[in-house]
This record gives sequence, structure tokens and C-alpha cells, in this order.
Amino acid sequence: MKISFKINKEERLVDVDGNTPLLWVIRDILHLKGTKFGCGKAACGACTIHVDGKAVRSCSMPIKMVAEKKITTIEGLSDGKLLHPVQEAWKKEVVPQCGYCQPGFIMATAAMLDKIPNPTDEDIDQNIINVCRCGTYYRMRKAIHLAASLMDKDEQ
Amino acid sequence: MSNNMNGTNKGKRLSRRKFIVRGGLGSIGLLALGSCVFINPLRRSAYGISESLVLPYSGKGTEANLWFEFTTENTLIFHSPKVEMGQGIFTGYAQIIADELDIHIDQIIVQAAATNTGILDRFTTGGSLSIAQLYKPLREMAAMMRQMILNEAANKLNIGKNALILRNGMIEYTGGALSYAKALEGVKDWKLPKKFDLKSNSEFKHIGKPIARVDLEDKIVGAPIFGTDAEMENMLHATILRPEHIGSKMREVNYSEAEKMPGVVRVVEGDGWLGIVAETFSEALAARRKVNVSWDIPKIWTEKDLRAYLKVGEGKRMVTQKEGSALEKEDEACISMEFSSPIGAHAQMEPNGAVAKVENGKAIIIMSTQSIGATQKSVAKALGFKTKDVNVVAKYLGGGFGRRLDTSHAVEVALMAREVGRPIKYSFTRKEEFQNDMFRPPTHHIVKGKMAPNGRLSHLEHHYASGDVAINSLLMPPAMSKMLGTDVGAMRGANVMYGNIKNRRAVQWHKTLPFATSFWRSLGLLANTFAIESFIDEMALNHQIDPIQLRLDSLAEDETQTRIKKVIQLAAEKSQYQNELQGNRAMGFAASIDVGAPCAHVAEVSLINNVLKVEKVTCVFDCGLAVNPDQVKAQCEGSIIMGISAAMHEKMGIKDGRLYPINYGTYDMALMKHSPKEIDVHLIQGVDDPLPVGEPPLGPIAAAIGNAIRRLTGKRLTDLPMKLA
Repeated sequence: MKISFKINKEERLVDVDGNTPLLWVIRDILHLKGTKFGCGKAACGACTIHVDGKAVRSCSMPIKMVAEKKITTIEGLSDGKLLHPVQEAWKKEVVPQCGYCQPGFIMATAAMLDKIPNPTDEDIDQNIINVCRCGTYYRMRKAIHLAASLMDKDEQ
Repeated sequence: MSNNMNGTNKGKRLSRRKFIVRGGLGSIGLLALGSCVFINPLRRSAYGISESLVLPYSGKGTEANLWFEFTTENTLIFHSPKVEMGQGIFTGYAQIIADELDIHIDQIIVQAAATNTGILDRFTTGGSLSIAQLYKPLREMAAMMRQMILNEAANKLNIGKNALILRNGMIEYTGGALSYAKALEGVKDWKLPKKFDLKSNSEFKHIGKPIARVDLEDKIVGAPIFGTDAEMENMLHATILRPEHIGSKMREVNYSEAEKMPGVVRVVEGDGWLGIVAETFSEALAARRKVNVSWDIPKIWTEKDLRAYLKVGEGKRMVTQKEGSALEKEDEACISMEFSSPIGAHAQMEPNGAVAKVENGKAIIIMSTQSIGATQKSVAKALGFKTKDVNVVAKYLGGGFGRRLDTSHAVEVALMAREVGRPIKYSFTRKEEFQNDMFRPPTHHIVKGKMAPNGRLSHLEHHYASGDVAINSLLMPPAMSKMLGTDVGAMRGANVMYGNIKNRRAVQWHKTLPFATSFWRSLGLLANTFAIESFIDEMALNHQIDPIQLRLDSLAEDETQTRIKKVIQLAAEKSQYQNELQGNRAMGFAASIDVGAPCAHVAEVSLINNVLKVEKVTCVFDCGLAVNPDQVKAQCEGSIIMGISAAMHEKMGIKDGRLYPINYGTYDMALMKHSPKEIDVHLIQGVDDPLPVGEPPLGPIAAAIGNAIRRLTGKRLTDLPMKLA
């Protein structure tokens, strides 16, 4: 079936089986590789993107569900040349190791900060539930607090 | 060792023929040389290697190997014989090169060498050896390159070398400056310098500094740098159907329905596997569900079977440590305790897979692998090609942890690509990962010891049973396994490190399990240290001795023992270690030494509403020279968190004869909420050179947590993962 949606501010139209997971459309049809395949069952969060501003695990969302919606992937998170404050914070804290899970965490964090601009440690524990095998959680927590303060500054 | 090594290029150490210069493709100067130069002539005994020493870098020395490549933009490409799987080694390499070559770190691109560059490391990427092995060779090579640039520039400019200053990739002279690229332009024949100087440690501007990772930006913007991100024109997608039951084999298979599914291009019958090739991955997966298979299942394994099969007293016995006398069987003063650890999954985030193209008698394989050379050879063998006709291109790895030391699935992709005649991308599903992992073997331990009247340990014996780690792996040919008789991987951390305990024994009981087990970050170290350091803590508690004092008293006086002592003392000091319960919190102490790098952890654990949580870990680690202290700390943090996951969460089981669970979530792992909010790392430079860093800090973590739990609850938890009933 033909499905149209907006991805990273661009209008796109694809013609695929409506049950195809959004992840594979993003990775293999639109060739945006920043969104990762981890588990295929929405269990790890490596494929986290935004659909209408909300964090979604794209491996388990059929493409037909996003018709006429707005999708943002890691490639479209920052506005133009500057990094998004979450990416800026990640850079400052030197968070990534292998790096594979990081786009998913960055997207999950950006969505959380939209909802909870100044998260407590408990908010972070409850909302950031992706899996990182290298164990970068300790630096991520610092980066999330830093991102919150950077965004706070941006608004002032 | 001297920090001011003057590298002297003697004829017999270096062959001029090994230098080649090539032009074109925007490259103006390529430095290639035979890495046989760097093979340490001293062949160390296998026991020694596994105990404490760093293996020398051992590349293939038969052909010229491409190391450095200068582009016309004055950028230096370093073709790394090691892959980057997260430990930050590319950054360390860039720092080493920047210092010796007087080039700006931003002018260096580090990339994994494809096999057609000639650079192959026979010992793969693993064992935390990448920086430790290449530290000296890479410094020497960069220093030699610097000397050649200086010589060329002096010739071109007709200025004395003493009047030239090399800085930030430029050659500065009175009245001007020349880029390295310009200096190298037109060079057809390298003149090897007879002498070149290495920088002294005091001249380092990059080595020893917490420089940001060179791959940082790529990894936060989602750049397509991983094996699984690779694409080729006209590429198809594949999935593979594999046996699910332990020890089972495909008997009969019917895929006529699968072949008719939308998008399916071909079904390929392999040796014990079935490949489904389709236009998209989703279509391949959908078709796989339509395949009918009947299986030969010789036995429905249970967890109980496994526990009975793998235990101390069963299998091949080998004494791996023998000092003083053994404990008498009937000695009433002897204390004995039993410990165990479960099957552990690697669960690296990027699933295995590969992209393969086979055309005109040549193959290209793009993938994430720790074993470039072995993969190249196995693909060539399967296709009947010469090794040189298979080019393996390694990308960034989305985690390795030992899992990608065996990437023989590249063979399957290559076979499918040849049969179909188009490039194919294959990816494991997560279920495939969990059922076909090369697991960390389960272990069983009996630790026995005796306290002398003077409050010191007189005897300590560690009996440990393990499945394969090194034995039967690609890295350990069967003949070598037989010769050694011991699994040197399972042995990591198994021998008692305390030199002042006069009577020490370690005895290995080895069995090969009915499913593949192999290298998992730190090998036997985590479970072995858990057993020994929990036992020592229990002895201290039983005899009301300070556990730190007991450890210090148990150490002898030589250099290594003194380095362990320093780590223990500093950890006690920095953590302000308290042996007593502090409200709902307690501290636990443990230490270990692995590949010559001692580490001590103090875990502070809380118990609130019957939930255990690691609140803080203080880590002291003697890593030798830290090329990048920030990334060494990142390795400590990562090891601690992965260790918490293994110590308190992870366990692969067996359900209906199949390995289980098959996905994240049900395979319980440490998440953000389980991660300590404070990790305080202190590094000690106990030796002049860099030591392996990625694994030693995993050693003491499980025992440190268990020792804290003992003080919190009064219970000694002896089985990993540690859970309150």
C-alpha cells in the first residue's frame, strides 16, 4: 500500500506492505542508518524515533500506523548545523563507547525532556529504559542532567 | 624501561623492500612495512601469557603492509590492524601518532584496515590488548615516518634539518612553512632513516591526556559506521533458519511454501542451516515462518542435567597452581565453600551479520568482526578461493565482548551470495543471537582454606569447573589445547594471587558442553574472583579480622605483589572503607589481578524495601601508563556496570531443551535504574607502559557486591546472579 508521511521535515511516499515495521522502511528504503535494529520486539530501544514528538520503538510499529504523521530520526534531531542540546551534552560527557545504542538513547532522552524539562534521577530511571551493553548509563545520567540545563538556558 | 628509547634501524630488523610507495586516489605517500619487524622474538610460554604478560603484536610478515597513508589534504590515514568495538582504541592510536609524528589529532583518520591492505593481526582484536600491544610499534613507526618527512623536507627546501620545526603537520622554517603532504609529494623511493628519535614522556602532548574520542561525533549523530549499516548496489536480504534445541540437527525440510512468499528470491540449503533470500529483510523473515522442518533432537537438556554434568570432580583435571602442600582431607580447621555462575550471553547490541558479494572469483565481505584474518580464511576455504581473493572490510563494531571472535557466519552469507549471484546482507535476529551465542560457560567452584593461629591464611585451594573458553575456539587449535591440557581462558583469575599464603592450589575441571561456549569479556576472571574473594571475606568475618588487613597480610613483597597492595590500600582510603553496616547500606571489598593489571573495588550497596542496589563503586586500577585516562575510566565504569549486570541480573537457562530467554527484557540485564549514581575511579601508573584495560576491572565487582550484601543481610550469596530469596 501507498503511505505518505513527513520524515525529518521531508515529505515521503512509500509503497510497501502496510505491516512492514517502520524501522525497515527507515533503514532500507529511506537509507537512514542512524536508527538501529536491536531486538525486533521493542525490548531494547535501539530503534527509538519520534512520531509526532513522542518516543516510539520503530521496530514494532507497522508503517501503516504512521500515515500522514511526522517522524523524526537521529538524522533530523538537530536543527541544521548545530547539534541538539542532548547531543551536545552527550559530546561534553563523552558518553558513547561502541555507540550502537546511543541514537536510541538520545532520541528517548530528547522526548523525555520535552515532557519533563528538569528530570530527577527517579524520572530518568523510569523513563530511560533502553539497553546499553557497554554500560554507559553512568555518563548518560550526567549527560541527561546537563542537557536539561542546556535546554533551560536556551529558553531563557 | 627507558622512556627515551632511541629507535635504531638496523638492517636485520627492517627490510627496505617492505616499504612501498603508491600514488593515485588522492594519496600521495603510503608507508607500508612488514610487521614482522615487531614480532617479539621472545616466545613466551602459554601459561605465562595467560597469567600476566601482554602478547607481542604479531602481524603477518610475509607481505608489505600498509600502515600510513597521507592524502593531498594533509590528512594522515592510519590503517589499524585492530578494530574499534567501543573501548576507544582508535583514539589512543591517534594520540600516539599525534605525539610521535607532530601532527594535529584532527589531521588523523583512524580506520580499520581491510584485509587487502596486508595488515592482519593473527591474534585478532581482543584480550584488551589493542593499546598495550601496539603502543611501542606504533610509536616507532610514527617516529620513523616523522624522520622521513624531515629528511624529505630538508632535501626539498635545501635547509639543514636543525633549522626545521615539525608542528601540527607542518614543517616550519624561517620565512615559511611546508605541509607534510607537500614535503612528501613526488616521493617514489623511501629512504629509510638510519636513526629516529622517540619522544620522551615529558614531551607528550596527547599521550596521557583525556582527549575526546575521535569517533564521538559520528556516534552521536547516527553516522552509518557499523557493519550492519553497510549496503551494496542491487543487494538482497537474508535470514537463516537454525536449530533451536541444544544439540539438534535438521532432519527434513520443506520450503515449497516459503518459496512462494512475496519477495522471496531463493531458498539456499546449507550444511545444517537454511538461508531464505528475499528483496527485504521483513519478507525473508515472513517466509522463514513458512518453512516446515523436522528435527533430530538426541536429548532434551535441562538445567539440572547441566548442573550434574559440569561440577568440580568431573571432567578433565589439571592442576594450574601448586605451591606448598595441599590441605589434608580430614582437617577439621579447614573451611569449604561452594560457588557457581550461570551461562552468560554476550547480548552485544549490534546483531551479527555481514554483507557479501561474490563475483568473478573474488569476494568482498563487509562486517563487524574481531577476527578479520580467520574470517577471510574461512570464507576463502568455503568458496574454494585463494585467501587474497577474499577481502574482509571491518567496520565499527556495535559491541564485541568476545562474541565476534568467531564470525564464521560470513561463510554462510558468502555461499548464499554466490548461489544467488547478487550481493546479500544477512543479519541475525535477536532470538538467533540468544540461541546461537558463544556463551560464557557456567562455572562451579569449591574454595577451601585454613587460618593459622597468627590470624593469617595458611592454605587456600580453588577448585573450578568450567566449559570451554579457549579450548575449541578458533584461536586455540586442537593440537595446542591438547598440549596445554588446560583451558587458559577458564584459568583467568583462577590461581590464588596472594603470595604470602604459603600453601596454594588451583585445580581446573574442564568439560566441553553440548552448546558453544567461548570468550566473554574477562573470561574466567569474573566468576573465579567472585569465588576466591567471597571466600576470603568470609574467612575475615569468621575470624573477626579486618578484610583489608587480611588481604594485605596475604600478599608477599615482590614488585607485582606490592602493586596489588597499593591498589588495595588506596581503594580502602578513597572509599573510606567501613567494615560495619551503615544504616541500610554496607560496603564490600574485593581485589584481583588480570594480565598484570591489579584492580580493587569497594561496592556500596543499599537494601530498601527488600531491593538491593549498588549505590556507589570506588575503583582503584593500576593500568600502567594510561594513554587516555578518560577512556580508561570509561572502561572501568563500563566494566563495573556490565559486572553488576552479570552479578545481580543475568542468567541464561534451558527451557524445553532450548537455551532461554531469547530476547532483552526476559534476559534480565542492568538498566539505567540499576546503575550506580557514583563511580569514583582512581588510576595508578604502576609500570611505564600501557597495560590491558578493558577487562581487568570486571574482576572484583561481583565479589565486592556479594561482600556488601553479606554485611547488609547476614547472608552469603554464593550463586550468580545474586538475588534475595
